Amino acid sequence: MEPLFPILILAIPLFMFLFLGLLGKYMSHKWAGILGTAGMGVTLILAYCTAFTYFFSGSPEFIDGTQRLQYVAFNVDWLQLYDQLVIRIGFLLDPISAMMLVVITTISFMVHLYSNGYMRDHHGVWEKGFQRFYAFLSLFSFSMLGLVVATNIFQMYIFWELVGASSYLLIGFYYTKPSAVSASKKAFIVTRFADLGFLIGILILSYYTGTFNFTDLTSVGVEGMTDVFKVDLSTAESIKDLKFTASAAPMFMGASVLTWALVLIFMGGMGKSAMMPLHIWLPDAMEGPTPVSALIHAATMVVAGVFLVARLFPLYLMEPTSLTIVTVVGAITAFYAAMVACVQVDIKRVLAFSTISQIAFMMVSLGVASPDFHEGLGYMASMFHLFTHAMFKALLFLGAGALIHAIGSNDYTDMHGLRKYMPVTHITFLIGCLAIAGIIPFSGFFSKDEILSSCLGNSTITYLWMSMVAGLTAFYMFRLYYLIFWWKEHKVHEGHHAPHDQPWTMTLPLVILAAVSCVAGFIPFGDFVTWNGEAYDFMAHFDWNVATVSLCIAVLGIGLATIMYRKENPWPQRMRQLLPGLWRWCYHRFYFDELYMFITHKIIFGCVSRPIAWFDRHIIDGTMDGMAYVTNKAAYAIRGLQSGKVQLYVWVYLIGALLLGVITAVCLI
Amino acid sequence: MEITMIYYLIPALIMFCCGLYGFITRRNMIAMLISLELMLNAVDINFVVFNRYLYPGNMEGMFFTLFAIAIAAAETALAIAIIINVFRKIKNVDVEDLTKLKD
Amino acid sequence: MFSNILIYFVVIPLLMLAGLALCRNIKQIRTVAVVGSLALTALSVFLLIDYLALRAAGETAPMLYQGSWSWFAPLNINLAVGVDGISIAMLLLSSIILLTGSFASWKIDMPKEFFLWLVLLSTGVFGFFISIDLFTMFMFYEVALIPMYLLIGVWGSGNKNYSAMKLTLMLMGGSAFLMLGLIGIYFHSGPEGHETWNLLAIAENHSIEKGWQYFLFPMTFVGFGVLGAMFPFHTWSPDGHASAPTAVSMLHAGVLMKLGGYGCFRVAIYLMPEAAHDLAWIFLILTGISVVYGAFSACVQTDLKYINAYSSVSHCGLVLFAILMLNTTAMTGAIMQMLSHGLMTALFFALIGMIYGRTHTRDIRQMGGLMKILPYLAVCYVIAGMASLGLPGLSGFVAEMTIFIGSFEQGMMDYLSGAGSLRLVFTIIACCSIVITAVYILRVVGKLLLGPVQDEHHLTLTDASWWERTSTAVLIVCVAAIGCFPNFFEEIIRFTFSDKIFTVIGMN
Repeated sequence: MEPLFPILILAIPLFMFLFLGLLGKYMSHKWAGILGTAGMGVTLILAYCTAFTYFFSGSPEFIDGTQRLQYVAFNVDWLQLYDQLVIRIGFLLDPISAMMLVVITTISFMVHLYSNGYMRDHHGVWEKGFQRFYAFLSLFSFSMLGLVVATNIFQMYIFWELVGASSYLLIGFYYTKPSAVSASKKAFIVTRFADLGFLIGILILSYYTGTFNFTDLTSVGVEGMTDVFKVDLSTAESIKDLKFTASAAPMFMGASVLTWALVLIFMGGMGKSAMMPLHIWLPDAMEGPTPVSALIHAATMVVAGVFLVARLFPLYLMEPTSLTIVTVVGAITAFYAAMVACVQVDIKRVLAFSTISQIAFMMVSLGVASPDFHEGLGYMASMFHLFTHAMFKALLFLGAGALIHAIGSNDYTDMHGLRKYMPVTHITFLIGCLAIAGIIPFSGFFSKDEILSSCLGNSTITYLWMSMVAGLTAFYMFRLYYLIFWWKEHKVHEGHHAPHDQPWTMTLPLVILAAVSCVAGFIPFGDFVTWNGEAYDFMAHFDWNVATVSLCIAVLGIGLATIMYRKENPWPQRMRQLLPGLWRWCYHRFYFDELYMFITHKIIFGCVSRPIAWFDRHIIDGTMDGMAYVTNKAAYAIRGLQSGKVQLYVWVYLIGALLLGVITAVCLI
Repeated sequence: MEITMIYYLIPALIMFCCGLYGFITRRNMIAMLISLELMLNAVDINFVVFNRYLYPGNMEGMFFTLFAIAIAAAETALAIAIIINVFRKIKNVDVEDLTKLKD
Repeated sequence: MFSNILIYFVVIPLLMLAGLALCRNIKQIRTVAVVGSLALTALSVFLLIDYLALRAAGETAPMLYQGSWSWFAPLNINLAVGVDGISIAMLLLSSIILLTGSFASWKIDMPKEFFLWLVLLSTGVFGFFISIDLFTMFMFYEVALIPMYLLIGVWGSGNKNYSAMKLTLMLMGGSAFLMLGLIGIYFHSGPEGHETWNLLAIAENHSIEKGWQYFLFPMTFVGFGVLGAMFPFHTWSPDGHASAPTAVSMLHAGVLMKLGGYGCFRVAIYLMPEAAHDLAWIFLILTGISVVYGAFSACVQTDLKYINAYSSVSHCGLVLFAILMLNTTAMTGAIMQMLSHGLMTALFFALIGMIYGRTHTRDIRQMGGLMKILPYLAVCYVIAGMASLGLPGLSGFVAEMTIFIGSFEQGMMDYLSGAGSLRLVFTIIACCSIVITAVYILRVVGKLLLGPVQDEHHLTLTDASWWERTSTAVLIVCVAAIGCFPNFFEEIIRFTFSDKIFTVIGMN
């Protein structure tokens, strides 16, 4: 395959970023929007072509019999560290990166299109900084594409940081709003902290393996892989394992070095994917414009952590401990986020917590995946869920954006009963809710079902736990749905016109995504994405018992939500009074933000930074000033000798001369 | 009686001591200047004497003395000028009052 | 003598001095400053290209373009010049910062005197980087330091007399150590009667006994380390930078602080590798503290220049830290960090100067929402901040990552071979600085540029003028160039580290 398409896929968004960023202010809003969207459209086509070629061409570059291969389209040296270790920028095509190309470009294109409508008010006046918005969107698309096609872990880290920065820029798009500014800051710093773990993980991994390349790290083969990190010279030529032989047991504090590396790398993933306890930035990130939330904080960037674990999955397989950690973190986060989502008022916050919960599903799915159970079903399920979730969550966010745009508020208390006013939004939103709740035949049903099946393969407890979360998901999504579209009649305020559906630029993406959400479940994902590239029959692993149970749970959740929220009634209030403590904790997100505020402001700033600054000014600088002071004082003290009286000097001189003479004489004698 | 070096050196020493005594004890700057000249001349005598007795063939001591006299003259002129300026400034020539430079 | 290209790095500034002395109005002064610094930039670019060509042609001498002219024969003092990739990188950095600094001081008071001193300072800087004779090196070093006193004392702001005095005295204190160290090196530089000041000859002879090295290494390292803002000798930096005028801050943080790092490497470690190996731990601790300490201090400052000065302490600490790893990768990173920090901090100080010139305050609590009022400057500030916190695609990331990878490598090697875990622990501590850097940079960006406008008077301010745009744009392009094409810059400096000196202590 010619490397032209891959280069263009990365180059076009980058060019659009520079072009719109530098020259945007000289062009009209309309043209900036059209150009940005067109650029993304071209990228979309190229990405589709590339993915299509990869999956369906059957060329020996891409597929060997039934096994899909990793294909490097190009790989240029970026920084030579020392002889063996080079950081390269390249383009790796394999099942998951091809899938991610499709996901990212699709959602990004939808968001580009949608923003043409969203980023102006009801009178068609464009938002200030519209060109900047498109520039940042392009930057984000570039970084995200670079991330998923990374050929080596360091390239991933580079683009990982870039998506973090573009997320920062986009969350803080409304930079005059203090809440947006602090949200963007929080997002960046929390993920930066997680990246510290990622970085150290990379350092450890690269030290022991002497390579950054994913292909080297993961494609040695399953049996061989287990030996790579366990001192066997015969297995991996590309790995300079001499260091291992030098120190026979690379153990550190009771765990193998590889476990440490993987857990630290997972920490980076936790930050980006908003796993507990590093999730606190994501709900606040909703301060950004809604299309951004749809693109970055629902569909693409936040699944980077899942993608990272999937990318290094063969390594994770070697260390069951690290996979267990992934599972546990995922399971706790899924439940926590679902609980919190049940009581939030801001519709974007509900969706944000739902995103956290769904990503945690993917994490759990990766954590429980094992080649022994259904040929690594969990891995496939996780990627499948990533795909379907990206579609329906983007749909939900864009729908929420349409609602917010129409109403001018984020709270459902200002909405209620909108179904008659905004039919298209209503129907598409409903489809999104059905998909996420896992109702057959919408896409979420299939992917979530696979996840639950693979959980069952791990342990019954995991299965029950995740099923419960699935039930909660159905409940909170339909609570949201009913509170927005039903509950009571919408009150149109005096002097305001009634809310209505949005222009075609906004509704078209909704319709497309809704259509995808309806049918995506029928994609035979097992043919495309599996952990080792071997295709397998999707339906063979479909467990009808699990499916039935999960369907029942979903229906139960939806039913409960219908009872409680379809019509205005006092039940929600009563429930709240029944469990006031739980409600309060959920409403305040279990006080995580307060805890972090305490740690950063009171401990880091109050107990570390301020004392250090004080120490610097008063002790260190004080010492220096003190030395100058002492010198000065000493000078003043001996200044009296310089009386200015000439005759006194002569006396002193004379006495000195005499003394010298006497001493000389004594010495001579 | 042969006139040896010592006959010159002792008066020169007395001259020098007088000059030194005067320089230390007198407060008047003119008097101090005169004492200074006294010391210089004592040293000049020594130069000449040493040259005459120790290195009779050479003339360095003589030249040195001539130079010293010339420089002493210049120096005196300079010193007088300074003293006059000082007098204009503080209306006396007492060296005890001249301690401004230490500040 | 004038057939050697390097000598023009001193000749051009001297010509500029002469030209400035003849200037009669501000236009002529600006012309001389800009033309001169452009000539210097062109010269260093040419030198760089020629150097790479020579290296590609297989030239293996440690220093190229060598030349030596006797200056004071009884003491063997020569004006000996020669450069390798590192010096060329530094020359390029200095000329770019001189150029942008001239643009940044377009409207300074008393321009003639200002530029005279500024150019004299740069003469010292250029001379320092081209000399390979320890004595001339030291002389140029002093030439670079002294004008600083007048530049801060006369053109500065705030508590300028105090700061100028403090800065000069502390740096002079450093030079005292340094002079002692250099003289000591001279007397052990070769066999009796064949002492030399020439760096290469001393390295070749390698005749400083270990006992003396233990004495001379700390002397020279601390001497240069003071200028490199090593903890606890860094306190001149916040005060000095805060009071200095824009161009002086730029040159000082951008170039002069690099003299420290360069000297530590070129003199202390290059000539005394054994002592460096044995005593590195002391300075590793100090510089490791610098890195985190500076970053934490910057978190709570309210004066823009103080924030940046402390951030410089942190970043320059990283330079010295990496040098002490005695590992080729980390050292390469250190040089990259010097380049990167030089450009980035010059950009910062230029922007701070421009903002201060408009708002007349540097207190971040009194400013806000400048993005709306001064979009160009604000965007540049964000870019500088992003470079500082290590965003890929800008220079800081490349440098920091190279340093971390190299240091980690060395730390693991020490740890696994039972040589102690100091390097490893401090590497991880230093890695933490990337988070703290993000905290203080975003804090400033958030308070200063974003959010609502704090002061109504600021609404009438005007955005950057063309000379300010030139100055910042040049720096941004350079920062981005290093960030996007690090391999090219790595190529320039790689050769030095394949030198035999590094095999002495068994370095890889």
